Amino acid sequence: MTNTETYNYKVVRQFSIMTIVWGLVGMSVGVLIAAQLAWPVLNFDVPWLTFGRLRPLHTNAVIFAFGGCALFATSYYVVQHTCHVKLAFPALAAFTFWGWQAVILLAAITLPLGITTSKEYAELEWPIDILITLVWVSYALVFFGTIVKRRIPHIYVANWFFGAFIITVAVLHLFNSAALPVSFWKSYSAYAGVQDAMVQWWYGHNAVGFFLTAGFLGIMYYFVPKQAGRPVYSYRLSVVHFWALVFTYIWAGPHHLHYTALPDWAQSLGMVMSLILLAPSWGGMINGIMTLSGAWHKLRTDPVLRLLIVSISFYGMSTFEGPMMSIKTVNALSHYTDWTIGHVHSGALGWVALVSMGAMYYLIPRMFGRELYSLRLVEVHFWTATIGIVLYITSMWVAGIMQGLMWRAVNEDGTLTYSFVESVQAMHPYYIVRTLGGAFFLLGAVVMAYNLWRSVADAKPVEVEIPEPASAH
Amino acid sequence: MTFTLFQSIWSIVVMITFLGIVVWAYSAKRKTSFDEAARLPFDDEPPTDNNKLSSE
Repeated sequence: MTNTETYNYKVVRQFSIMTIVWGLVGMSVGVLIAAQLAWPVLNFDVPWLTFGRLRPLHTNAVIFAFGGCALFATSYYVVQHTCHVKLAFPALAAFTFWGWQAVILLAAITLPLGITTSKEYAELEWPIDILITLVWVSYALVFFGTIVKRRIPHIYVANWFFGAFIITVAVLHLFNSAALPVSFWKSYSAYAGVQDAMVQWWYGHNAVGFFLTAGFLGIMYYFVPKQAGRPVYSYRLSVVHFWALVFTYIWAGPHHLHYTALPDWAQSLGMVMSLILLAPSWGGMINGIMTLSGAWHKLRTDPVLRLLIVSISFYGMSTFEGPMMSIKTVNALSHYTDWTIGHVHSGALGWVALVSMGAMYYLIPRMFGRELYSLRLVEVHFWTATIGIVLYITSMWVAGIMQGLMWRAVNEDGTLTYSFVESVQAMHPYYIVRTLGGAFFLLGAVVMAYNLWRSVADAKPVEVEIPEPASAH
Repeated sequence: MTFTLFQSIWSIVVMITFLGIVVWAYSAKRKTSFDEAARLPFDDEPPTDNNKLSSE
């Protein structure tokens, strides 16, 4: 059979470009709100620009707009390339793009207006939640429809991770966003009290586990072997990695509710499952990094590969720190402090953002049949981003531990040693360093955007024919 | 059957399933097909200088 069908690159291209755009927007808002914490005057006394309204805008923009677009782009690319078929349901695929952009725009309008459910990472009100559901169901149909019509019997491991991410996020979103609308822009959660808190953090932690981990592991399992030119270190380990992650992640949520009204046994269960998570996380990290075994020299000459490998190292770091912070006695110090913010950003900037950026350096020039404009600029990006992350997380470690210690310090007569505002004042220098770190990271992203723009500005989109599956399969 | 008993049995079933997956993944029989699967990302494009496999 001769095959002249081409891959559907259009939707991949659209999502890739918007990954860069939303990345710049989301990170800029992040730098602004970091600066507001250091210099509160920067909210200009405008309600729409206050920290409380811009912070959810920042998290939604970087997680769901930047990270989400990166996941759509890479999953659509990988599933076509490893199944040797064109994407199923092209009209639905186009709808996922325009629908997702509409969700992002609605978020960018409603959040600064103060329209929010107040559930962290699920702030969007019910009409937007319904649109998200429609987009997500379409996404699942397109992705699994493509898997169904594949011409390769085996489903490559990256697709397993993408598939788990799509299914789990659908379930999480449906349950956590269940709400009773009282007007067009106001609803109340379907759950009450501690049940609501538990559902929220079951959702919240699995948004980290499946949106920000499983999906990006899918990216790792395709793009790291591709960029390194070597198959993954151990395919067997990748299978065990997948199932271990899926079996354990879903139980870790209660560690967000230590020392609350949540029953003690549930807290302990959350802590134990979080500790167990270290094993699959590090199994995956080792698998990713060891893919380079025998080809370490490539790190010297290929800055894109270096970006990917450093991202896996940050994955290892933050998945070590996370289980440690879930231990109740450690959590007693770290919870509600900036240590948590530092931990999140070591995962978000170091792992999620860098692995996405590495994939974009791979994808975007290919979508236009070009080479990268400048490897030197990738080098510049790599170093500014790395310095930015290090400044960010070290300042937050110091700030967080200091906050925790100041809040728990008591005098001999049992009164508190420090008032709350004294701990706020002590944070000032660290907030400045954090802003600087964020600005460095944003600068790196700007360099990347310029580099990619120069790579493809005068190029035309390409169509690539789908090759016949090798007869060996 | 009480709910606690059901939970206990379920935990054991899930654990055995997982161990089964580990044994299956590391069985010698799976080696060749997994090695082939690991190379899947490399036959998805017409070969160019960029995506050639490094010789091993």
